[in-house]
Amino acid sequence: MALPSYASPLERVWHYTYLGICAAVFLFLIAPILIVIPLSFNVEPYFSFTEKMLSLDPSGYSLRWYDTLLTLGVNAPEGPRDAAWWSVVWNDATWIKAAKNSLWVGLWATILATVLGTVAALGLSRPEMPYRRVIMAILISPMIVPIIIIAVGMFFFYSSTCVSPDNFVGQALMPFLSKKGCLNNSNLGIIMAHATLGIPFVIITVTATLSGFDQSLIRAGASLGATPTRVFFKVVMPLILPGVISGALFAFVTSFDEVVAVLFIAGPEQQTIPRQMWNGIREAISPAILAVATILVIISIGLLATVEMLRRRSEKLRVVSPY
Amino acid sequence: MRKLLILSTALTVVGYAAQADVTVMSWGGAYGEAQTEAHVKPFAAKTGIVTTMVDSDNPATPIKAMVEAGDVTIDVASVEYADAIRLCDEGLLEPIDIASLPAGADGVAAADDFLPGAVTECGVSTDIWANIYAYDTTKLTGTVPVTAADFFDLGKFPGKRGLKKGAKAVLEFALMGDGVAPADIYAMMGTPEGIDRAFAKLDSIKSEVVWWEAGAQPPQLLADGEVVMTTAYNGRIFNAAVNEGKPFAIVWDGQIYENEMYVVPKGSPNKDEAMQFIQFATSTEGLQAQAMQISYGPARKSANATEILFKDGKTVMGPNLPTAPANLANALESSSAFWVDKDAELNERFNAWLAAN
Amino acid sequence: MTDMTAGMFTTGILTTSDGRPLKAALARAQRRAKWRAFLLVLPLLAFVLVTFVVPIGTMLKRSVYHDGFSAAAPALGAWFAGHPQGAEIDETAYAALVIDLRQMQANKTAGSAGTRVNYNLSGAISLFKAGARNAVDLQPPYKEALLALDARWGEPLMWTAMRASASAYTADFYLVAADMERNAEGGVQLVDENRQIYKYLFVKTFVLSALITLLCLLLSFPIAHLLAVLPMARANLLMILVLLPFWTSLLVRTTSWIALLQEQGIVNDILVWLRVLGDDGRIRMIYNQAGTVIVMTHILLPFMVLPLYSVMKTIPPSYARAARSLGATSWTTFRRIYLPQTLPGIAAGSLLVFILAVGYYITPALVGGAEGQLISNFIDFHMDKSNWSLAAAIAAVLLAAVLVLYWLYDRLIGIDRLKLG
Repeated sequence: MALPSYASPLERVWHYTYLGICAAVFLFLIAPILIVIPLSFNVEPYFSFTEKMLSLDPSGYSLRWYDTLLTLGVNAPEGPRDAAWWSVVWNDATWIKAAKNSLWVGLWATILATVLGTVAALGLSRPEMPYRRVIMAILISPMIVPIIIIAVGMFFFYSSTCVSPDNFVGQALMPFLSKKGCLNNSNLGIIMAHATLGIPFVIITVTATLSGFDQSLIRAGASLGATPTRVFFKVVMPLILPGVISGALFAFVTSFDEVVAVLFIAGPEQQTIPRQMWNGIREAISPAILAVATILVIISIGLLATVEMLRRRSEKLRVVSPY
Repeated sequence: MRKLLILSTALTVVGYAAQADVTVMSWGGAYGEAQTEAHVKPFAAKTGIVTTMVDSDNPATPIKAMVEAGDVTIDVASVEYADAIRLCDEGLLEPIDIASLPAGADGVAAADDFLPGAVTECGVSTDIWANIYAYDTTKLTGTVPVTAADFFDLGKFPGKRGLKKGAKAVLEFALMGDGVAPADIYAMMGTPEGIDRAFAKLDSIKSEVVWWEAGAQPPQLLADGEVVMTTAYNGRIFNAAVNEGKPFAIVWDGQIYENEMYVVPKGSPNKDEAMQFIQFATSTEGLQAQAMQISYGPARKSANATEILFKDGKTVMGPNLPTAPANLANALESSSAFWVDKDAELNERFNAWLAAN
Repeated sequence: MTDMTAGMFTTGILTTSDGRPLKAALARAQRRAKWRAFLLVLPLLAFVLVTFVVPIGTMLKRSVYHDGFSAAAPALGAWFAGHPQGAEIDETAYAALVIDLRQMQANKTAGSAGTRVNYNLSGAISLFKAGARNAVDLQPPYKEALLALDARWGEPLMWTAMRASASAYTADFYLVAADMERNAEGGVQLVDENRQIYKYLFVKTFVLSALITLLCLLLSFPIAHLLAVLPMARANLLMILVLLPFWTSLLVRTTSWIALLQEQGIVNDILVWLRVLGDDGRIRMIYNQAGTVIVMTHILLPFMVLPLYSVMKTIPPSYARAARSLGATSWTTFRRIYLPQTLPGIAAGSLLVFILAVGYYITPALVGGAEGQLISNFIDFHMDKSNWSLAAAIAAVLLAAVLVLYWLYDRLIGIDRLKLG
């Protein structure tokens, strides 16, 4: 991006202005994400930097908002921090419970979306796939259709979808459903909803990986006497794995950050981190939200690093650039 | 390991069947906390029935879906008066027999002890709360606002105003701010001219209004200095002032009060326990216990007969309740009959008014 | 081998080694390959049908179906079926009404019946409740009896409203979503100007989405270009700045914007510190339309940068150099050579951002205040108010708009070209 030596003075001015504009846009992109980190250590209950924070006085900073994440919802938050206290926190603290729930739902939604999505992507990237375009359009649409519409639809459908606990199927599903055996107010309902929302991401990333995949490798494997299963695990899987993992991470993040469907179809027991944050932002906005936000930013930095690593790995395996 | 899993699954199924816990759904925040301390915990302690409190943005909203799907997961809900009437009319609530409610501490039968309107076909009042407006005494010094009209007087008190986003209580308050007597409000709001007049009054401050939605927001708006005065639920302001020492003052002139109702959704899994809970919570002692937690008035005469002290042990609740005679000088009881009919139409108009710049 | 060759020549048809015609065998193999591909997709397709397509179908049905009144008033329904719009409302009609009112009292359905009629005409709930309560005592002639009870029973508007409600399948909720109502003759008309809201909201949603798309484009273009021309290693580093927001929770980003933009927030603090503003002149940048636009621009920006970047990456710099060497100014080179080549990226990014913006819910709900609400927020509003059919009708209109845009995207760009980071 160096200027050619024949650039006129006007072009020089423009060049540096241009770089300035780019810097400003990058600042616009990134500043709002990083700003929450120092703010979450504010000792005062404000959303702003205090004098003490600006002069880097240690007494202006504290971990009190991180502490509230542990103590909110606990009956005796003041007690000595022994094993018993931690076990109470682990079981009762509102945010911890929400985090456990979010992880549990996210995990299952990711597994469901990734397994179904990867298998489907394999079919979709075969040249002989019939009605490819229409089916692809349907499978991607959960990403395009406004989430509020999906949530409203699921709310209507789930509240009328129940199993009877009298037969075997009902008994087997019961622990995943609501007290009366319905999808509304149940973990299974949220898992299904979140899997649906994550599927487009898995499809997109895995088909993108497969588009650079040389189909003759499958024939080569087969001609050497390998069964289709063996070919899949020995040849296909290692090559598309980076795409599958990125897709899975996307699906997980989608679930871990999803609030609208949860607001509509979840019962009072299904608290998740986004739902707690939503309530916090709408009602009394306290810096505790910033503490959660900081933790989430750090998680997303980790996820992004993983995905970038995978992308580079898959780039090495293929000649075509992913962009 | 596998066997263990199957066994635990079987146990869970049994566990679901044997559960007889009462789940109460309320509004969260200071209010939900008050009901937890005054009703949920003592009830569990007294009866041994596991009782849990869950929060909702508006406990009336999920009831319709639950009942229509036959998937009722809550046993008691704390809902606004108009919602208690509406849900009951639509057959979504269990009827409550007034005769089953305990007599007052002084022995007067429940039917005579409760204030008029406090017990309906499907609901029993848990308290009387009010829409008031409040200001920060450290920011507004010198002349302070005392009437509903002052809220709308930008000349005398410049600065931002907090108002609840929604037609209900806001239109009434606008008319009271325009000098209409409480007795005439609903008659006037039945006419197009009356509604126009209310909106005209709101127009006069529209540019300065910050709209709030959740009950926890107004104290926050005042504390952050985002507004100089705001309408609010009186209990939230009281709690911020007494519990957290915030310098907030309430203006009672132009207050709009109503009953908050405990109801049981139709098909509640533990209906008998739910009724037991309501009988416990709306007894003279139950209502007084709640008034010790938050400044909402008990709807029984017997509960108002003795002086109630706030949980800090020194603040006398009487003058802080919406039902205190001094606070009722210029006050309006919210009309559920009016809002049951007009809610849809007036909110449409309100939203249209709000959206137009 | 020789036999086979001989066979081929004698019959004139190519066959496989087991003697079947090659054409048929190929067709069969292709069919099987098709089925195999389809079977791989089938589980997911079935899953998406159950969790996504059927729920949306359920919602669409709700938008045209409401049996609150029709189920509670069978006698009146029969009367309406026998008497077309414009027929005189005679004693038989009132008699049917009284039969239904009595039944409503017995079944406790007056409330839900009134609620349905109330969607067409305000005031019906209390009318039906009072009517049902007193129906048992009414004596014929019922017309006089009902009118004595409440004069509104005689209003033509009430009868039009009841007639429209008497069928479970109805377009009434779409009428409301188009700011229309029925008049006394059964025709449709616009509601009073001061109650018209939905058309305004749809227009506003589209205008704001267009504005956000434009802002995204203006902000993305320079940085996408920079990323495309920088050496790979440095471009990858800067790319992280674009991708990090993409991976960060939406609620986190919204929270930080609240911290930045509120009146006691950081941006205002800086402006006051710089003496651009006085301490009492702080600007309100959030909980209003500006808040919605700023935060949504930030959130949707990566969706514009990525497609732009992937197109710009493929533009060879030699074209621009050729133009310059032929004497074009840098501006002309940009306008005539570079910009046209980026058009596919602009189209892809703009359409995607616009589609996502039109249905946005979370951000306007949290930072939009009163004036920054979009149509999605009103779907939620009516769900909260338990007017499910109206919520579904508004959602259906929005869905139609989004699907048209989606179809357009597929036509112009192709959904298989959608990329994520």
